Amino acid sequence: MQLVAEDSLNIGFDETENQKMIAQMVKDFGEKEIRPKMMEWDETQEFPVEVFKKMGELGLMGVLVPEAYGGSGFGYLEYITAIIGISKIDGSIGLSLAAHNSLCTNHILQFASEEQKQHYLPKLATGEWIGAWGLTEPNTGSDAGNMRTVAVQDGDYYVINGAKNFITHGKSGNVAVVIVRTGERGDSHGMTAFIIEKGTPGFTSGKKENKLGMRASETAELIFTDCRVHKSQMIGSLGDGFVQALKVLDGGRISIAALSVGIAQGAYEAALAYSQQREQFNQAISKFQGISFKLAEMATKVEAAKLLTLRAGDLKNRGKSVTKESAMAKLYASEIAVEVANDAVQVFGGYGYIKDFPAEKYYRDAKLCTIGEGTSEIQKLVISRSLLK
Amino acid sequence: MKILVCITHVPDTTSKINFTDNNTRFNTAGVQFIIGPYDDYSLARAIEIKEATPGATVTVLNVGPADTEPTIRKALSVGADDAVRINAEPTDSFFVAKQIAEHAKSIGYDLILMGRESIDYNSGVVHGIVGELLGWPSVSPVMKLDIEGTKAKLAREIEGGKEFLEVNLPFVAGCQEPIAEWKIPNMRGIMSARTKPLKVVEPVSVDSGVKLQQFELPPPKGAVKMIAADNVAELVTLLKNEAKVL
Repeated sequence: MQLVAEDSLNIGFDETENQKMIAQMVKDFGEKEIRPKMMEWDETQEFPVEVFKKMGELGLMGVLVPEAYGGSGFGYLEYITAIIGISKIDGSIGLSLAAHNSLCTNHILQFASEEQKQHYLPKLATGEWIGAWGLTEPNTGSDAGNMRTVAVQDGDYYVINGAKNFITHGKSGNVAVVIVRTGERGDSHGMTAFIIEKGTPGFTSGKKENKLGMRASETAELIFTDCRVHKSQMIGSLGDGFVQALKVLDGGRISIAALSVGIAQGAYEAALAYSQQREQFNQAISKFQGISFKLAEMATKVEAAKLLTLRAGDLKNRGKSVTKESAMAKLYASEIAVEVANDAVQVFGGYGYIKDFPAEKYYRDAKLCTIGEGTSEIQKLVISRSLLK
Repeated sequence: MKILVCITHVPDTTSKINFTDNNTRFNTAGVQFIIGPYDDYSLARAIEIKEATPGATVTVLNVGPADTEPTIRKALSVGADDAVRINAEPTDSFFVAKQIAEHAKSIGYDLILMGRESIDYNSGVVHGIVGELLGWPSVSPVMKLDIEGTKAKLAREIEGGKEFLEVNLPFVAGCQEPIAEWKIPNMRGIMSARTKPLKVVEPVSVDSGVKLQQFELPPPKGAVKMIAADNVAELVTLLKNEAKVL
């Protein structure tokens, strides 16, 4: 639950002065520190750690973390603005920023003890440490309740064996929040979350994935081999892990929705600019209805997705349940991100297919959004459950 | 040490410029405003000096109506301590310089920094006039500025080279790159900018000698004609008959 001061609440979703300043700040930062190198990172799959350190200095690594723990102390609307702004330039940096803020950091912020918060949040919120979060396993994606990574108690320690995959910052993360089974398979109270630091004996990272898009965002495997973790590293109580994870994901979906809006907006703006410069048959191609109507549809979809996302963020600020609303925002925004990026490639024509122009990267990056942190199908499951209950 | 940084509120460098009211008013519709880029360099240097000088403060000043306040808040977000807005439409350089000088007299600053010129009217004379009105030295364009006690060491660009100067405080400097790198605010700066003091001061009356009559846009750029490198005769003919510069 994240409650903010009354003046941060914004029913009409007009951009506040703070949001405008944040949008400008991330744009200035992204144009200077991300855009010049992003195609190189994309090509070589380099995860640019130094960019995240700099974002830490700007307060972007702990947007929702209260100032008392070294964070920026803003609410979800400002957080959404920051994620959209970075993702408009580079979705893979946006994804890593979102995962750091909303999964690892937010899990600790929402459910960890005061002592754990004081120890970990200042490091995470300032970007001194990069966070990872592990739920998914090779054989259990959407069906996370059947996870096979197991923690067995041995005195004051838990011994963990198993593997988590598709983990953002699986190699470079300094700390990971990992949900493992401590009870029966399929029992929603049979799983527990632990905070595990890099360097803990038995905790290593495995293969780094070679991905279609989001290539500057590191995705790797976490491997646990007789990894002994002290009970003081447990978040909340034994058996709380899965319920905590679902709540973290409620907020996480807002992140992925914002990421999707950013990618869609970036693709749309690139197509809009290109259509006004590119001439065919002696006029700008934007003068042809085939293009202008496409632009109209793209802009409308981006706007609608943004409003759904802000709406979910506003409810979250008010401490209300956002399970349905964040799933709706994530479902719609991610689907339109793919559509809008696809349309952008089409507007660019042949130039949309080559890497010297921006459209193809949005197209590759966008597809992650309908899959990560719950596929579109899972979002529909979440939405329909809440409609039919 | 008290530093005053004067900022302009100017159209973003990529803005499309056009006019309304029979070409007598700049059309601000759809235009995004920013801190003048040269002013932004001077602000960045002022913040650096402040951070290196215990007890130093930076005040930002803008002569403008209420809608310049977001631009002023941006300056506060990168680290200025407080701000003053002289509540008047800036009509010409003398008017603006007079407002700055009157305010400076009432406070007593050690240093006044601003950009070498604004990027809207680009007159580049306000720092000189402020210096004159206060009886202080003024230097422009300053590319390096280091404070050493009651003196400052400056480097400025001159025709064909650089000039190195030593100036006693207080003085006025018009700044340009590479005096400092533009500062990007952090989230905490953005949050605190809202609560930092922004004082609104009414202007002193100025008998201004300048009246704006009309704006005119430069003629659109024509197409470029490419001439083969060895075809000197055609180049001369075109320069004579089309460009009419020979």
